[in-house]
Amino acid sequence: MRNPLSQKIIGIKPSGIRKFFDLVAEMNDPEVISLGVGEPDFETPWHVRDEGIYSLERGRTFYTSNTGLMELREEISKHVSRDHHIDYSPKHEIIVTVGGSEAIDIAMRAMLDPGDEVIIPQPSYVSYLPCCVLADGVPVVINLKEENEFRLTAAELEAAITPKTKILVLPFPNNPTGAIMTREDLEPIAELCIRNDIYVITDEIYGALTYEQEHFSIASLPGMRDRTVLINGFSKAYAMTGWRLGYACAPRVIMEQMLKIHQFAIMCAPTTSQYAALEALRNGDADVQMMRESYNGRRRYLMRTLKELGIPCFEPFGAFYIFPNISELGLSSDDFATELLKAEKVAVVPGTAFGDCGEGFLRISYAYSLEQLEQAFVRIGRFVEKLRAEKK
Amino acid sequence: MNELNEKILAIIEKNSKISIRDLATILAETEENVAKAIFDMEKDGTICGYHTIINWENTTRETVDALIEVCVTPQRESGFNRLAERIYNFPEVESLYLMSGTYDFCILIEGKSLMEVSRFVSEKLAPLDSVTSTATHFMLKKYKEHGTVMVKKSRDERQLITP
Repeated sequence: MRNPLSQKIIGIKPSGIRKFFDLVAEMNDPEVISLGVGEPDFETPWHVRDEGIYSLERGRTFYTSNTGLMELREEISKHVSRDHHIDYSPKHEIIVTVGGSEAIDIAMRAMLDPGDEVIIPQPSYVSYLPCCVLADGVPVVINLKEENEFRLTAAELEAAITPKTKILVLPFPNNPTGAIMTREDLEPIAELCIRNDIYVITDEIYGALTYEQEHFSIASLPGMRDRTVLINGFSKAYAMTGWRLGYACAPRVIMEQMLKIHQFAIMCAPTTSQYAALEALRNGDADVQMMRESYNGRRRYLMRTLKELGIPCFEPFGAFYIFPNISELGLSSDDFATELLKAEKVAVVPGTAFGDCGEGFLRISYAYSLEQLEQAFVRIGRFVEKLRAEKK
Repeated sequence: MNELNEKILAIIEKNSKISIRDLATILAETEENVAKAIFDMEKDGTICGYHTIINWENTTRETVDALIEVCVTPQRESGFNRLAERIYNFPEVESLYLMSGTYDFCILIEGKSLMEVSRFVSEKLAPLDSVTSTATHFMLKKYKEHGTVMVKKSRDERQLITP
């Protein structure tokens, strides 16, 4: 029999998270506290859910247009304009997708020819690299550094650029590090992109969740709008992960091709979710504000706790993750996470799940209540003390 | 009211158990400032107490809750206030509100038994001079109290590990 499989797919490593998930699932122990979740702990605000339910009651159970409900695209356009002062035409430059993940996929497929290079800063979300490979691109990884607070520097970017570089992926605010990029950080990056004629896919799914400062989008810098695909969605800002709804904004030439892929592979994003999202955009500002304040409090709480435990960690200003450095405790990230799970029943994700340069770090999510965080860190503290005692 | 006070109240309204230290961390304030703000608000009556929401159904204690609508004749000079005072001073009275609409006072009361509640109404409340009528409604089930849902078991529906 012939090999049923594609060599391209076989070459792609399964997600590093999966292995850890299986480990936790196998334990099946109610005592386990997981700090390993990449989604909000809030339920979707009720008024948003209610609109979803209402749309079903009204019988809105049909396809929408391929690009999504016009009203929703108009509302997205208004929001992007309000937050970033960039104007996208709801008719030609916005598409509603199945989560931000689909947008990443179709953006790469629309823009890459075989051999085109895609610069991917890591640690970062698990899907950029496989999506690039699936689109016949060649991933070029930049290992971000703790000393730069895991921001991408112009020098790092410049060193990675070759004549084949087509796309730069900008994953900020970042999962797993919580790093953000300010306007000042982005300006030299934009300059390099323009000078080297590179396109940018900026994944701003955590854009609503920055602390102490507003999120800034590279698309709003002069000359960048026409070479940027801006991706965002409803999952993190409005606690709507399970609704699977995101969007992309891009210049018309790119969007027309992205739409073709979406049209043939997806048809349209779920209709119920789109009606719910419309309500979220129209009346959800207060919810976002409330959740952001709550995350910020937990963020400060964890920074204090880590300091007390003597675990070094740069202060993250975005998303809902902290990325402490555990390299001096004598275990690899993977071993640390595995041992911590076994000994103290706390699940965290090894930094290596998000790229090799995540070695020495852990991703700890603070999408948990203060009480849960407190309990978990009593256990983590005990584990760290034990490691230190063993080292002596 | 200043911003710090407002932020403190927003948090402790939902979680009065939180320590001054954690509160200070969360609000990026000094413990001293937070402690002083709370002390001042306790003193000026902004913070009136720290209570616990208890679902008595999960205990062996039997309680009966009722809502009583009361119609009264307001008194000369003192209006409703003196009468209100006569009512709220009964320890059985959990809450008392002056209402617009078809009746005047709304009383929330908790008793050990149906008997106890009805005795309160017939022996203490109804005989008051200005009270013209009462209607007592017994609560059958508490779904939500002080913004807290009482009937739902809180369970994390999320997968244990997600990217």
